[in-house]
Amino acid sequence: MAASNLQGRHRLGRVWLVVFQVALVVGIIALCALLFNILNGSFGFVAVEDTVSPESLAVNSVPLEELDKDTLVQILQAHISAGLYARYEFDKPFAERSAGEVYDLILERVVEPRFVAQWSLYETLTNGDAIRQQVAQEFPNARLEFRSWLNSHFLRAPQSSYPEIAGVRTAVLGSLWTISIAVLFAFPVGVAAAVYLQEYAPDNLINRIIQTNINNLAGVPSIIYGILGLAIFVRVLGQFTSGIAFGASDPATANGRTILSAGLTLGVLVLPLIIINAQEAIKAVPNSLRQASFGLGATRWETVWYHVLPNAISGIMTGTILSISRAIGETAPLIVIGASTFIQVDPEGPFSKFTTLPIQIYQWTARPQSVFRNLAGGASLVLLGLLLTMNATAIILRNRYRRSL
Amino acid sequence: MTDTAPTATTTAAIETHDLSIYYGSFQAVRDVNLDIQPNRITAIIGPSGCGKSTVLRAFNRMNELIPSVNTTGEVLFRGQNIYKPDVDPVEVRRHIGMVFQKPNPFPKSVYENVAWGARINGFKGNMDELVHSSLQSAALWDEVKDKLDQSGLSLSGGQQQRLCIARAIAVRPDIILMDEPCSALDPIATLRIEELMRDLAKDYTIIIVTHNMQQAARVSDRTAFFSLSEDGKRAGMLMEYGDTKTMFTRPEKKITEDYITGRFG
Amino acid sequence: MPLTRATEQSLPATSLKRKLRLRELVIQAVLFLCGLFSIFVTVGIIYELGKESMLFFGRTQWERTNKPIVAAISANDVQFDVSNIGATASPGEVIRLDDELLMLTAVEGSTYFVERGFRDSVAVPHAAETIIYRGVNPSVWEFLTGTSWAPHAGQFGVLPLLNATLMVSGIAILVALPLGLAAAIYLSEYASPKARNTLKPILEVLAGVPTVVYGYFALTFMTPFLRSIFGQDTVQIYNTASAGIVIGILILPLVSTISEDALNAVPRSLREAAYGLGATRLETAVRIVLPAAFSGIAAAVIIAISRAIGETMVVALAAGAGPAFTFNPFQAAETMTGHIVRISGGDLSYDSLDYNSIFAIGLMLFVMTLALNIFSQYIVRRFREVYE
Repeated sequence: MAASNLQGRHRLGRVWLVVFQVALVVGIIALCALLFNILNGSFGFVAVEDTVSPESLAVNSVPLEELDKDTLVQILQAHISAGLYARYEFDKPFAERSAGEVYDLILERVVEPRFVAQWSLYETLTNGDAIRQQVAQEFPNARLEFRSWLNSHFLRAPQSSYPEIAGVRTAVLGSLWTISIAVLFAFPVGVAAAVYLQEYAPDNLINRIIQTNINNLAGVPSIIYGILGLAIFVRVLGQFTSGIAFGASDPATANGRTILSAGLTLGVLVLPLIIINAQEAIKAVPNSLRQASFGLGATRWETVWYHVLPNAISGIMTGTILSISRAIGETAPLIVIGASTFIQVDPEGPFSKFTTLPIQIYQWTARPQSVFRNLAGGASLVLLGLLLTMNATAIILRNRYRRSL
Repeated sequence: MTDTAPTATTTAAIETHDLSIYYGSFQAVRDVNLDIQPNRITAIIGPSGCGKSTVLRAFNRMNELIPSVNTTGEVLFRGQNIYKPDVDPVEVRRHIGMVFQKPNPFPKSVYENVAWGARINGFKGNMDELVHSSLQSAALWDEVKDKLDQSGLSLSGGQQQRLCIARAIAVRPDIILMDEPCSALDPIATLRIEELMRDLAKDYTIIIVTHNMQQAARVSDRTAFFSLSEDGKRAGMLMEYGDTKTMFTRPEKKITEDYITGRFG
Repeated sequence: MPLTRATEQSLPATSLKRKLRLRELVIQAVLFLCGLFSIFVTVGIIYELGKESMLFFGRTQWERTNKPIVAAISANDVQFDVSNIGATASPGEVIRLDDELLMLTAVEGSTYFVERGFRDSVAVPHAAETIIYRGVNPSVWEFLTGTSWAPHAGQFGVLPLLNATLMVSGIAILVALPLGLAAAIYLSEYASPKARNTLKPILEVLAGVPTVVYGYFALTFMTPFLRSIFGQDTVQIYNTASAGIVIGILILPLVSTISEDALNAVPRSLREAAYGLGATRLETAVRIVLPAAFSGIAAAVIIAISRAIGETMVVALAAGAGPAFTFNPFQAAETMTGHIVRISGGDLSYDSLDYNSIFAIGLMLFVMTLALNIFSQYIVRRFREVYE
């Protein structure tokens, strides 16, 4: 009786062990599916039709891509309307454009390759022959290409409403600008607040309120920060964030929906995270160092500046980078404060209109045409690459500091 | 030398009047009246938990770094009560240096370890000379003269502790407090520190907390014996204070004798 | 002679008097202000959300009654007949004819008695057949209980948005709690240290992926996946199930990490006591360790729910646009966060109804998540002492 009971208990134990393992495996499968899904959208066959074939543009049997700039400009001028040509001349005089830029313009405006159909990586790999047949039947003028949606053109080109030539350059620059402003604001304020709470604050009501408040702020949904940013940075401080107070007079950004507003909003959003991480790093500095310093007649600030901070800095940096990588991926608050839906020019400074990489992914994903989903996939790869780089930097930084100590 | 020593030998280097120290509402030390004589080594001994270190740390207001500690009574240094509201604890610590239980050099070079304290205290003289003389006074110069730019943490435990002593004397204090400075060291390193203390006593007033009675007997001129009050409240009290030789041979009180002879503690 | 006091002259004169250390004071003040900044942020959030929400509730909306006046009236008439079609207004209400506001003082059958030129509007003649608009003020009660959200049509019930939010969060926690807890039990009670050190970071990668990428995943993977299982007709392109499941994956590492920490914090002696009584590993884990770690796990779940409620991008992309009061997880329904993102996506003008409404919804969101966070902290504090 007892023996069989024990057997049953062990059997139950084994069953549940499998259940626990399966749960973990499901989690890992979810991660794999997430990554696979991005790759699936970022690579695959596309059927391309050229409006004008590049061969027909060759001059004296010199292929288009080898022609010199003047010839390229002539070809462009011959194929596009005078008005459009004048607009390009106005945007940036042709004299200042490189041959490569003119070539890109010819591709964009004259050759006009158009994607008529595209397939995911999975379909491409498993069903290649059927796709070839389908293209041959339905799009006799099209050629089938294997396309990496993440390519150098994609990284260099600004946004465009044509998926063939659209890129993430403006979005990446926008992300870097906003993040830099967020760091410039949140890092000093956050570290200072952490130093205050760890090294100065006596245990009284106000400091306990500050500490509780910071812990609670870390749990506030990011979209609430967007609403706050909209009300404060865009509306109340619009004079400053639009740059009008500093003499900027661009009517497009006079509403305060600028990089500066976005950066400050992200800064406020990551501030509690930076404070909490920095507090942990400061807590890890051994008390004996503080005692030694005070014992020599050092003031509190001398102790903090010469001993606490140098020993906590690697932890603070690591925590900050991790907080910042959260900010890089933030989308919702920036939509709320008014990210621009379509920008083609690089941001020039804190008072420019802004878009960021996650917003670009959002907008492309939300579009009904499935071809933009591929662009969103490519942009997601860029975003994940950016995050990976930052996290790797954090790890390297931490290891380097650890060694030098 | 003696004429520039702090306020001559007639007055005490440190005097306490009814010094009591509380952790929150718990009275850890009760009504201590003690006068520390200049250019002498005074040992503070007693069973663990009797507030030896707490008393020591009251002499340069280090206790204030623990939030719940409260001090009453007076501690006179050069005739001034260092607990008066207009006294700056930073100034106090500049004059009354401290060496801790575990060697705690800064994670900086040996040179920086010694120079830093003097620099923040506004030392304007020849820093190399000061580092040299301080290390020499701490009997460490010969061992580290070739590795001044190495991390202080690369030294052995005994060397680290002597570095901490060098660091303390580079600030030119009048008094050096030592809180069980040898408890983390091996016997040979301990011996060297003890010899060093005897040397330093020519120039400095030294107060050392130790749980090692042999050490107290070996190095100190005077000994203060602390023990827990017998009313059940476990407050630390000064039981007996006098010349070390006298106390270890003819203690006045029974409790002192019991402790010294190892019957409790 | 090792040390002389000759160098003392280069040190400052000795006085114990407190010096005015201006630099220290300034630095301390600056540091304090930086610490205080977080309070300003909270005050700013509460003030702005509160202020604009009040404006939302104080703003009059004009609802078309479809009821016209019968004959033309002059600027002085204080009574007129109305046709019997459309909804009737009652005395005390403000109505609008063209741009003029009128205060309704009495209604007798199809005759309205009014006060003209109400709220500084100008009394003007009105042509026959002018349609009457009823002024509607959103009340807090209506906001909390109404089942239709269409502010421009005078319907201010937040329930459809709240319902969608709760459904998505519910689905998310249904996914994340069993998976996260089981994974935590495995990692804490079964896995070797080596397996743990490999598997845990893998799960934590999930926490580092930006939410917009999860939104992309929900729309391009989870939705087609659900549709292939349950049928194209059952599952709409936008639906709360897909968003909920993906948010469940998103909060999975949160649940598993915090739960595992809680399980690890249970003292070894407790496990040994259980083994000593002849309990199996499973019995020890489930009957002894799990209840002992209850507070930490409860806190993890509450924080995860709070996170799911505030999650925005996944629902904005996958749950659908347009409020819908439905309990069917395969239908589109807009959540509170999704609604805020959608209507603020355009160039929102200040002092508009939409602008104010996002603050009212935001305030509700803020209160909900804050309450959950405080509750989780309370649980941790309340039950922690037991094993320490």
